[in-house]
Amino acid sequence: MARDGDAVSALPAATGLPQAVGVPMWMVAELTYRCPLHCAFCSNPVDFAKVQSELSTEEWFRVLAEARALGAVQLGLTGGEPLSRPDLEQIVAEAHRLGFYTNLITSGVGLNETRMRALKDAGLDHVQLSFQDSTRELNDFLSSTRTFDLKRRVATLIKAHGFPMVMNCVIHRLNIDHVGRIIDLALEIGAEYLELANTQFYGWADLNRAQLLPTREQLQRSEAVVADYRQRIGNRLRILHVISDLYETRPKRCMNGWGTTFMVIAPDGLVMPCHAARMLPGIHLPSVRDASLAQIWLDSPAFNRFRGDAWMPEPCRSCPEKAKDLGGCRCQAFLLTGDVGATDPVCDKSPLHSRVLDIVNGPRLPQPPVERPLVFRTPENSERLLAELAEP
Amino acid sequence: MDDSTPLPRASYPRIARLYRFQWEAAQNAYVLLFPEGMVQLNAAAGEILRRCDGKQSADAIIADLRAAFQSDAIDADVEAFLRSATNDGWVEWRETVTP
Repeated sequence: MARDGDAVSALPAATGLPQAVGVPMWMVAELTYRCPLHCAFCSNPVDFAKVQSELSTEEWFRVLAEARALGAVQLGLTGGEPLSRPDLEQIVAEAHRLGFYTNLITSGVGLNETRMRALKDAGLDHVQLSFQDSTRELNDFLSSTRTFDLKRRVATLIKAHGFPMVMNCVIHRLNIDHVGRIIDLALEIGAEYLELANTQFYGWADLNRAQLLPTREQLQRSEAVVADYRQRIGNRLRILHVISDLYETRPKRCMNGWGTTFMVIAPDGLVMPCHAARMLPGIHLPSVRDASLAQIWLDSPAFNRFRGDAWMPEPCRSCPEKAKDLGGCRCQAFLLTGDVGATDPVCDKSPLHSRVLDIVNGPRLPQPPVERPLVFRTPENSERLLAELAEP
Repeated sequence: MDDSTPLPRASYPRIARLYRFQWEAAQNAYVLLFPEGMVQLNAAAGEILRRCDGKQSADAIIADLRAAFQSDAIDADVEAFLRSATNDGWVEWRETVTP
């Protein structure tokens, strides 16, 4: 099945640097995998429990300075829950001093008046607050915590301190029919932007895909609701609606192109071209503990692996659209075909596109209520999955 | 603000609260930064927005640009840009100087 990909993988890696290596304008700093929430759709790796040694404050300072020197300007501070790090305020202050635009991406848990004030003083630019749903019941069920009321209070705090606020809600089968009420919630709390992020199926979300993938009908209904709201509310709230590309016939670019724009730094210092790259086999991810970011960005085999189009198999290689989608998402290709170098099977030109159709046509069958329980993102479940992986 | 609305040339335009404006050496350009986004500005847009500091009226900005670029034929272009920047939410207007 993976013959095309294997043939390409066997070719020598591109020699020297690709013609144009872009500026890594965007850096995502996953400060920690610790998190008080246990969301069943988390994109963190399922084996996060094995990561023990987090970068120190000083190591983050060095990484920030090196990234800024390479031209990074947008900084996403995320995790896990970044507020789990007591040095978050110091990291924000240093990033601000270096000229980054700093985005705090948080569940809100741990964000009290004292820390909010300290983050403001440190120069934080913006807060993205997650909700899991517009209702207390589902929000608290999906995150396996009682956090809905707390998030409402945190939203008030964010606005009281004058931050621009993005409300983020991950959308899936269990909450997609509430999209209208989720938009109402964003309007009510005074968010400037709402990110309706349809679940991308990596990490914990992939584990729970059968329960989380919405049906095509649900997706179409939600698109109609969003379009209706956009017309009515205009610029008061900007709605970013990111559709799961499993329902598309052409893939999306992977993070605007592998190694073109994004660097994601994991809590232990591994540098990844995308959030989910940790699970890809055969890709040795470099660490900021062993090399400078400039060396990693320019010279590491991991970042050069899918730059340009020399790595592409057919049908990508001769495809007139290859410069548009760059062969699609590497993680999706791996998860659905077993071959990290395959054409993203979302593309209907892929010989394996039927695998995507099998998945999306699945939920359309009359189904009993979900029988398999959701697997929540907890350290205990991560340990259990690690043990299962270790079994012969 | 559509094309028929006269630009309030006696008022003071400034970068809107949601945005941050800065020079990025790596891109050799001015940029506008906002939550999880960025606009890379061309040279003309950068020169105009650089002057939108809430301390100069649109009239003063246009006079300054005329002098800087030794041209009297820029009014319409600057006005058109300020209009679209206002519609995009990049620029907001005040009747008085921003302290």
